[in-house]
Amino acid sequence: MLRGRAFKFGDGISTDHIIPGRYTHLRSNLTELARHVLEDVDPAFVSRVREGDFIVAGSNFGLGSSREHAPLVIKMAGVRAILAKSAARIFFRNAINLGLPVLICDTDVINDGDELEIDLSAGVVKDLTSGQKLTFGKMPQVMLRILDEGGLIPYIKKHGDFKL
Amino acid sequence: MGETLAEKILSAKSGNNIRAGDIVIASVDLVFIQDTTGPLAVRQFRESGLKKLARPEKTAVFIDHAVPSPTHTLANDHLVLRRFASEAGAIMSEMGEGVCHQLVAESLARPGDIIVASDSHTVTAGGLGAFATGMGSSDVAVAMGLGRTWFRVPESILAEVGGRFQKGVSAKDLILHVIGLIGADGATYKALEFGGDGIKEISMSQRFTVANMAVEAGAKVGLFPADDITRDYLAAQGRKKDYQPVSPDADAIYERTIPIDLGALEPTVAKPHTVDNVALARELKGVKIQQVFIGTCTNGRLDDLEIAASILKGKKRHPGTRLIVAPASRQVLLTALEKGYIQTLVEAGAAVLPPGCGPCLGLHQGALGDGEACLSTSNRNFRGRMGNPKSFVYLGSPATAAATALAGEITDPREAM
Ligand code: SF4
Repeated sequence: MLRGRAFKFGDGISTDHIIPGRYTHLRSNLTELARHVLEDVDPAFVSRVREGDFIVAGSNFGLGSSREHAPLVIKMAGVRAILAKSAARIFFRNAINLGLPVLICDTDVINDGDELEIDLSAGVVKDLTSGQKLTFGKMPQVMLRILDEGGLIPYIKKHGDFKL
Repeated sequence: MGETLAEKILSAKSGNNIRAGDIVIASVDLVFIQDTTGPLAVRQFRESGLKKLARPEKTAVFIDHAVPSPTHTLANDHLVLRRFASEAGAIMSEMGEGVCHQLVAESLARPGDIIVASDSHTVTAGGLGAFATGMGSSDVAVAMGLGRTWFRVPESILAEVGGRFQKGVSAKDLILHVIGLIGADGATYKALEFGGDGIKEISMSQRFTVANMAVEAGAKVGLFPADDITRDYLAAQGRKKDYQPVSPDADAIYERTIPIDLGALEPTVAKPHTVDNVALARELKGVKIQQVFIGTCTNGRLDDLEIAASILKGKKRHPGTRLIVAPASRQVLLTALEKGYIQTLVEAGAAVLPPGCGPCLGLHQGALGDGEACLSTSNRNFRGRMGNPKSFVYLGSPATAAATALAGEITDPREAM
């Protein structure tokens, strides 16, 4: 069970919004890189977000580049799950590979700052502020297993190969 | 039942008779990394416990994004990659050789291949019928070690192309039109396939432009069949034996078919700050542009420089508009030198950069000032893409870019031809 606050974002948040190309020189200095997460959309985000919070976004979250640094800095900021109406393909897979769940649901009913409780195995999000309950879409088995192990690298370390 | 191009290639490489929606493990024919996502891939590879590359001769490392290195931190990232390539026995492409996707197209990708790489524009090789897709550093690290990866077999959208381009209109206008039509998430998780009689009018270089931008509609791959045009291209590259025909079955099932008449297309531009925010170039007359950039894995090839040079020949860029040109590869640069295109562009006032990504990703070179606008032949115009969130990026064809550089404002290239 995950519990935290919702940070609301709009549609079409790209990987360039999450971690702009102008910070490429910091990619091997992740702590420094993470200080700039989402800064072009909400400069205050990084100072306000706390361990356990959630990003709640509109459609096509994470479109653009394949940079795994994007979900990585989001995770480093303390975010424990991303909820979105839809997510871009590479970002979705990258986030799961880092053990960061991306949950597809109708995020319109969640407001900025709402307290959420997420039951990953039951597939349910409870908005404790509004009392609303949401369900999110299932992901393929292989992704669930990767998520269970905390990401692709720990998964491969343990199993040595993919198991469908 | 017939198979789409995507199903056909994945079936062959996973040993199954598969269908859209299935999850499969498929062997990978080529894996590559580049200098902005590669260092993390190297770290994940070491972390994963996979000791060796599955196929070093089919694993490539490109230094193309931050070239020549602008900072010591990036120079250190380059060191990581060089060491990794030499220890692991991978193919090493040094800075100055060109953009990874162009080099892969020129020398490594084959029709029917499965290619994965830590760069979203890996889809470019779909232009010659390879199932080529971008992934993150972890996925690519594992693919390097195992020689295989898992896929969800995508549903396919077919763009059924007919007719032929008008003068001044090219593949860039086609793909911008398609993205405008279906939206930046119109093909998410799907394959965007191109077929119909009209594809015979689209050269290999132009097919790469189209496939390259499939990801801007969210697609996993952008695919063209491998036909005579593909065969001739590979032969001209001295790679005749790499050719095999690949085509979808006539009774393949598509999720959706989009008919497109090439003859009805006009020069098209994507406005800030999303790629699907398209308009016709002529509708944007009067929009002042301070910088024009011609290059990238989308439009930095020989025919792109040729059309730009033909428009700029004997003329000068507008005094208020800077012009930057970056050929996509050493081969492109050498041929453009030989044919005089570089001479023409420099005489017209262009600053020419070495082969590589150049200003495309806003990392160095050609960053924009506050409030400035650039018309770029690249593939992305997200806010801040060219280094400054207070600037504006418009995307267009090389012809539109050249006409705009002359006029100082967005211009329909047909006015300049
Ligand atoms: S040219 Fe631009 S889009 Fe292409 S690989 Fe380089 S940075 Fe990416």
